[in-house]
Amino acid sequence: MSRERASKRLPVLGTILVALMLTIVPLPATIEPFRPDWIALTLVFWAMQLPRTWSIGSAWLIGIVLDVAQGTLLGQHALALAVIVFVTVRAHLLMRVFPLLQLTATTFALLSLYQFLLFWINGVAGVTAPAISYWAPVVSGTLLWPFIFMFLSGVRYRVRAGG
Amino acid sequence: MGARGSSNSPTRIPALGARAIALIFLSILLMYLDHRDNHLDTVRNTIGVAMYPVQLAVDAPVRLFGWVREASNNRDELRLEVNRLKAERLLTNARLQRMTALEAENDRLRDLLDARERVRDVIRVAEILSVDADPYKHNLVIGIGSNDGVYDGQAIVDANGVVGQVIKTGLMTAQAILISDSNHALPVMVNRNGLRTIAVGTGEIDRLDLPFLANNADIRQGDLLVTSGLGGRFPAGYPVAVVQTVNRIPQQPFADVSATPAATLDQVREVMLIWSGPEDEE
Repeated sequence: MSRERASKRLPVLGTILVALMLTIVPLPATIEPFRPDWIALTLVFWAMQLPRTWSIGSAWLIGIVLDVAQGTLLGQHALALAVIVFVTVRAHLLMRVFPLLQLTATTFALLSLYQFLLFWINGVAGVTAPAISYWAPVVSGTLLWPFIFMFLSGVRYRVRAGG
Repeated sequence: MGARGSSNSPTRIPALGARAIALIFLSILLMYLDHRDNHLDTVRNTIGVAMYPVQLAVDAPVRLFGWVREASNNRDELRLEVNRLKAERLLTNARLQRMTALEAENDRLRDLLDARERVRDVIRVAEILSVDADPYKHNLVIGIGSNDGVYDGQAIVDANGVVGQVIKTGLMTAQAILISDSNHALPVMVNRNGLRTIAVGTGEIDRLDLPFLANNADIRQGDLLVTSGLGGRFPAGYPVAVVQTVNRIPQQPFADVSATPAATLDQVREVMLIWSGPEDEE
């Protein structure tokens, strides 16, 4: 039982690791602000599909790792991720039957909430950043969501088929 | 789409709300502790060590690409490069010759003035890992950490001038903030006349602001700004920036002065960390 569970968790962990690498891979300065929130997008997908295994607890832990990776306040990304995953888990049955367009709109809302939380915490902590670093990831993340969704759906299908 | 399978989906996840509230409070507590003090450095370091392989994995392809490009340079290009470097070395050597004489003279003068002897800074080269860290900051990750004696607040320079300072030290890596970050300010002085002021980052990689200069301050375009050593973080005398524009607005108390960093902040691959002598640490 536990081995079966582990074999199901491994591919998901793999996608999260890839998301983490994409988060820290260097980009040219001009498109750097448009780097999507890979981790947030990945976690929203898995929370929607497997809310039992990938709920707020794991999102929070991954958020702590992300905070260390990015050198932000310890708990900042953890809080933001936990909140959007909470919303996702609450609404997962609804989100699963959404057509892709509507799901993309939902993702837009979730990403906006995510960035707002980060912005808000930055404000309280006294970190100033140009406005583009908040709205640009929301735009790029929303535009990329259909592709990410299809890719992760493929991964999910394989996990199931492989047992 | 999206409505695939529901074997894994109970209609309600038990105690979700309670767990969410607990985690939110835990995050707030963590952020508070992290912001107030450095109580959580051990946590950060532990997770940071686990992150190290990931950072290396991201850095490796970039490095490999650079290596391949270097290896595929043809002979002529390499010869040109060698010639250029030779010329540069000759020039630097010539300058260094004068430097030794000047240093001796400086020591003699300091002796006359009964000033304390200046301790020479220890410098070590560090490689930059090709990883982007915090999206809200101008920063970089360097490949040595507290294992090699790196400490928070340490000054970082490149061949042309000041790059930034270390803000978070891990065991094997350290994160540094660039002088162009909008949360960074450093005490500088005009090399020409010793006028002291503060250079504040703007968030743009090629511009620093000097917001605290009076309208009648003696500063012009082309002035070199060097670290003043006040504040105790940066040793004195390293070039920081060159004044680009001076805009005096009669109604305003302060002039609008901006400068271009001397270091090539967006292209550095290697930086130097400075362990300043005890004299400079105040």
